[in-house]
Amino acid sequence: MFRVTDQPIQPDALRALCRHDAAGGFCSFEGWVRNHHAGKSVLALDYQAYRELAEAEGQRIVAEAMAQFPVQAIAAEHRIGSLQIGDLAVYVGVSAAHRDAAFAACRYLIDEIKKRVPIWKREHDASGSSEWLHP
Amino acid sequence: MIHVHLRYFASFAEATGRDAETLMIDHQDGAALFATLSARFQFRMPMARVRLAVNDHFVDWTHRLQDGDHVVFIPPVSGG
Repeated sequence: MFRVTDQPIQPDALRALCRHDAAGGFCSFEGWVRNHHAGKSVLALDYQAYRELAEAEGQRIVAEAMAQFPVQAIAAEHRIGSLQIGDLAVYVGVSAAHRDAAFAACRYLIDEIKKRVPIWKREHDASGSSEWLHP
Repeated sequence: MIHVHLRYFASFAEATGRDAETLMIDHQDGAALFATLSARFQFRMPMARVRLAVNDHFVDWTHRLQDGDHVVFIPPVSGG
């Protein structure tokens, strides 16, 4: 499951979606808004998504991970809108029978989400300027 | 001539000063439309760094646009 949301991400609810009697391991990744980027002081971030394609591409990545790794469940969510320092921007949770698959799938998911899903962040820095990041 | 519906995101919304517009264009591919808009709005982002989506699917730049298509230019993403 991959979703885009404009509400605060609820990690416990996403973790609960991964709970399964056959799963012996769970691994999660949280991406937080931090106060610096490329040597600049960051005050806040705005995230924007091309929602239809972001959700479709996110679901595709989840399907790839389910096919490539022996995992039980995946729950991933990316938040959009105006976020403050410390806010949770993206969450990936994976459960599996064994830890290796959970770790590997979790890593794959966050890397591919960051690489392919059409979501962009605009950075507000301490100098009062803001710009969309297109790495 | 065909109508296409464009949506702009991130720096493209900034460069065009709008979130969306409908254009009447010659029957052409995505690359030609990008070139036209790039000249009109002085995009600083080269096409090589951009992906094209038509009707909510990624497609190649050679994809020929049809009447009523929904077109989005996707600059390098920065989620996470």
